[in-house]
Amino acid sequence: MNARYTAARTSLRTAAIMLVFSLLFTAAMAFTYTLTRPAIEASELAEKMRLINEVLPAGSYDNDLLGDVLHLGPTPELGLSRGGAVYRARRNGEAVALLIEAEAADGYAGRIQLVLAVDTDGRVSGVRVTAHKETPGLGDYIDPQKDRNKERPWIGQFAGITHDQVDPAVWKVKRDGGVFDARAGATISARAVTNATGRALRWAVAHRDALFAAETGSTLPPQE
Amino acid sequence: MDMQKFRDNAWNGLWKQNPGLVQLLGLCPILAISTSMVNAVSLGLATILVMAVANLAVASLRNFIPYEIRIPVFILIIAALVTMVDLAFNAYFHSLYLVLGIFIPLIVTNCIVLARVEAYAAKNDPLSSTLDGVMMGIGLVWVLAVLGGLRELLGSGTLFAGIDMIIPSLSAVQVFGDDYPGFLIAILPPGAFFVFGLMIAAFNWLNQRSAARQRAQPQAVAQDKPGEEQPAVA
Repeated sequence: MNARYTAARTSLRTAAIMLVFSLLFTAAMAFTYTLTRPAIEASELAEKMRLINEVLPAGSYDNDLLGDVLHLGPTPELGLSRGGAVYRARRNGEAVALLIEAEAADGYAGRIQLVLAVDTDGRVSGVRVTAHKETPGLGDYIDPQKDRNKERPWIGQFAGITHDQVDPAVWKVKRDGGVFDARAGATISARAVTNATGRALRWAVAHRDALFAAETGSTLPPQE
Repeated sequence: MDMQKFRDNAWNGLWKQNPGLVQLLGLCPILAISTSMVNAVSLGLATILVMAVANLAVASLRNFIPYEIRIPVFILIIAALVTMVDLAFNAYFHSLYLVLGIFIPLIVTNCIVLARVEAYAAKNDPLSSTLDGVMMGIGLVWVLAVLGGLRELLGSGTLFAGIDMIIPSLSAVQVFGDDYPGFLIAILPPGAFFVFGLMIAAFNWLNQRSAARQRAQPQAVAQDKPGEEQPAVA
């Protein structure tokens, strides 16, 4: 009896100490979190704007781009299985370009997230990879920051191409009989990005008018 | 803390008990991120910071941690510290965070941090524990630098690729020329094991050679004895 009492006491005491440590370090983490929150949000926004400026020149639109948003439900044409967003750039109220989130499910290591800007003429203004897990030093050249060719990054070849300039049948990497370059030994990453960009461009051109006409903040396609 | 202890800490971390080559702890991040020298050294530097802070925290709190729940408490401390380092990097060194960010949470899974906390910081004073963390960290960094450098050189023929993300004015060195075809396997995971295995072999060869030299000079062995009686940790 006495031994059981001691065991219970010991476990209670140990558990209490564990609890104190948990509280102490959770509090330390929570404190750091609240302390760093504003700085982190500011730098995340700056990072997002930097990426947007790379695909869409900052002077080409004058509206609050991130505020003029449409939410997308699952959209297979963009590879979005869980939905995403489209931002609409306007200048003096006139439609300028669509900023579209897209995904390629067939990367070498899982999904590759993209953002691309398509202007009203159906011209790709720019494409960037926003998140990927491709092999470092091999497939990660799809991200211009990791691309060893700094003057002409691989992903730059899509910029300026109009939808009617390249036939959908040859909107592929050269290895698959298409027109776009890919680095030897790492075709899979390039193929995924190339195909996703082509699909997203065709989708943007097909839905251009409906997208610009939709009400800000609404969800497409309309939910039943 | 006297000079002898300082030298033992440094010697253990940098060579004798090297966390990469001898203790073989933390292989998962070592092999995963050593595809280039810049990646490898970046993770190593973040690990130094975490190891120093974790050792300091545990050594300071060691008298309050009951023996039977020491492991959960150590893990709690390490995870909390890594989270705080991660948040602080994200907030105040954002450009560095973009490079290191994905690696910092990996440090939690690095066994070497828990191993040093358990083997050293739990039994020693805060000052020498911090030093042990730093020295073990530096020991890991030089192994990572050599491994990352060799794999990058063999795999893509460059050195310091990606340095411009940390120091914008610098750029990568194309060692083998633009037409180097690349030796793919060095960058892929199996290449990490091959290169790392060769490094351990070279390390053991160097150690055996110096041991053989000492056997050839018996009086030198006698002089070195006190140093070798230091507690061999791990």
